Amino acid sequence: MDEISYAPASGLLALSWALIALPALGAAVLLLAGRRADKWGHWLGVATIGAAFALAVGMFASLAGLDDKSAHLDLFTIISVGDLQIEASLLFDPLSAIFCMLITGVGLLIHVYAVGYMAHDPGRRKFFAYFNLFAAAMLVLVLGGNYFMTFVGWEGVGLASYLLIAFWQLKPAAATAGKKAFLTNRVADVGFLLAMFTMLGALGSLDFAAVFNGAATLSTGASLAIGLLLLAAACGKSGQFPFQTWLPDAMEGPTPVSALIHAATMVTAGVYLIARSHVIFSLNADVQTAVVVVGALTLLFGAIVGCAKDDIKRVLAWSTVSQIGYMFLAVGLGGAAFALGIIHLLAHGFFKAGLFLGSGSVMHAMNDQTDIRRFGGLWRVMPLTYATFAAGWLAIIGLFPFSGFWTKDPIIATAFAREGWQGWVVGGAALLGAALTAFYMTRLFVLTFHGPKRWTEDVHPHESPAIMTGPLVLLGLGSLAAGGLMASPVTTWLTPVFGEHHEAHGHLSHMQVTVATTIVVVLGAALAWLLFRGGTDEVPRAASWPVRAARADLGGEAVNRGVFERPSRLVAGVSVAVDARGVDGIVNGLSAAIGGTSRRLLTMQTGFVRSYALSILSGAVIVVAALMVVVVQ
Amino acid sequence: MSPEYYLILAAALFTIGAVGVLVRRNSIVVFMCVELMLNAGNLTLVTFARTTGTIDGQVMAFFVMAVAAAEVVVGLAIIMAIYRSRRTASVDDANLLKA
Repeated sequence: MDEISYAPASGLLALSWALIALPALGAAVLLLAGRRADKWGHWLGVATIGAAFALAVGMFASLAGLDDKSAHLDLFTIISVGDLQIEASLLFDPLSAIFCMLITGVGLLIHVYAVGYMAHDPGRRKFFAYFNLFAAAMLVLVLGGNYFMTFVGWEGVGLASYLLIAFWQLKPAAATAGKKAFLTNRVADVGFLLAMFTMLGALGSLDFAAVFNGAATLSTGASLAIGLLLLAAACGKSGQFPFQTWLPDAMEGPTPVSALIHAATMVTAGVYLIARSHVIFSLNADVQTAVVVVGALTLLFGAIVGCAKDDIKRVLAWSTVSQIGYMFLAVGLGGAAFALGIIHLLAHGFFKAGLFLGSGSVMHAMNDQTDIRRFGGLWRVMPLTYATFAAGWLAIIGLFPFSGFWTKDPIIATAFAREGWQGWVVGGAALLGAALTAFYMTRLFVLTFHGPKRWTEDVHPHESPAIMTGPLVLLGLGSLAAGGLMASPVTTWLTPVFGEHHEAHGHLSHMQVTVATTIVVVLGAALAWLLFRGGTDEVPRAASWPVRAARADLGGEAVNRGVFERPSRLVAGVSVAVDARGVDGIVNGLSAAIGGTSRRLLTMQTGFVRSYALSILSGAVIVVAALMVVVVQ
Repeated sequence: MSPEYYLILAAALFTIGAVGVLVRRNSIVVFMCVELMLNAGNLTLVTFARTTGTIDGQVMAFFVMAVAAAEVVVGLAIIMAIYRSRRTASVDDANLLKA
């Protein structure tokens, strides 16, 4: 393998710190200015992210003009202990460039949308402060030039995610969801920390270049450990099995948050981490198999649960879980599929952000209701939302020639190309996932926009204002076209990062897979159309066991409760009892014994001088008697 | 000279004093009984001094008298003070030390 080195940054690329500083400054100003900024704060938030987007585009262009496609910038030393030096270094290479464009570009659209969506919320300034904070942290994550900086951003987005999920903190469900997301992420972050410690122990450095160049010298055990630990961290941040439960709960946050953080950007950080560490993941076949298994399992898991949910945002959340499963599958397959995972991530960023903002627009019209059983027939009153949602729907189910077709099909084809029986299993899972995706998205789409009206009495749906539909239209166009336009150029663009790879050929040719996928997708969509075009009951019916299991998140919550919550509660109960009865018992018992003895002794203190005199006399008599006995003897 | 009679008398006086301290309530009487016990002691000391022909016992008796005189001064002052504040000379009523 070639030596990996990063060229020092120059020109516009030396300004990569400003990319982070702009939204960070916005967040600081908005938080410190307080109420004074209430009137104009949201525009400042939009302006900083807009400036960051402009800078990202400029940097993207300058990077494209370079021969050596990387720009490395050391800002200052963070930690200097003995031989260990950890720099605050930033790396702008094709991979970070794509992420910066996605974060700032989609981020800008969602910021604009949020100006309208949060118009009536008294906390709008705070919302934009957190939103800018998120953008800054996410940019640190993708621009970090070593694992330490990535970790700083990783924790930063975790914080921003917590603050934004629990943004309506007076709502108990939102506060709990925020804590759940934070704690689940924290558990997974231990994997990241341990991976960094292992790298320091084995290679003595956290710099990307040093780690990747030294990776070949790692022992099998060390590379397996680092790979699996990074995978655990990635699973936590990206809501993959077994950490998937926090992501659907995160929908308690405002809808723009769900669109930006829990669909388009932050939850894809796990994919970024694996793609960035592709050298480590490519070393060890066992690690790759683990990533593939996690991806295949999660994409089915999310799709199955998505079929049974009735909450528009939760269906989309489970769909996100499932789509990120596809990305994990891709980066787990390795080779040419690394780029496929990133392309699907980009396309997903567009169509899922569009779908979420569309669902926000629907909620806006329906008095913040999220139950798709109470929608129906909305296409007539919300034509723009309907059209853009339809674009997202076509993109996600992957019908030719829309976005998903260009990004999902190659992943399925590559899955089938895996050697031996694994290829059939993984490819079959990916194909089944595509059918399920078509089913649940069509169900969601038909129940929301078509069929009879099942509205509650007091709603008067209306189209959203232009500030919300504008971003929707742009994202809708992106959803339709992005996949087809990006697939090939992005693969070329990412070649300096992932290296040259040839398309893998296996059990089925690409054409066969395309035909098979198109057939199952059309079947899935048609089945959902037939079942749900006439609407659905307004309350859930008793259902057979697969539906009941899917409604109960396939037991994810039950496992959490049974494996973590109950035993922890038991341990807590036992330690409380030991503390109360054992530790406190000894202390309290001792004091009670002393107190009781003293109380009994007190009764001798009668206050009668004559009884004291009698005791003295008795004492004297006893002393004299004892003396007599001694003397007489 | 045989000391028995003196010693028996001293023992009888001491016993009367001790019983008086224990059974009487009036502090003046209790005080007088204490004096009785002290003088029973003195009598014993003098008796043994006479029997052994030394003066140690007599010296000791003088000390006891001096101490008893001082004790009377302090004791009566205390009794006066208690009487003034409580309008009683009964030792049972002065029970501030009761638990």
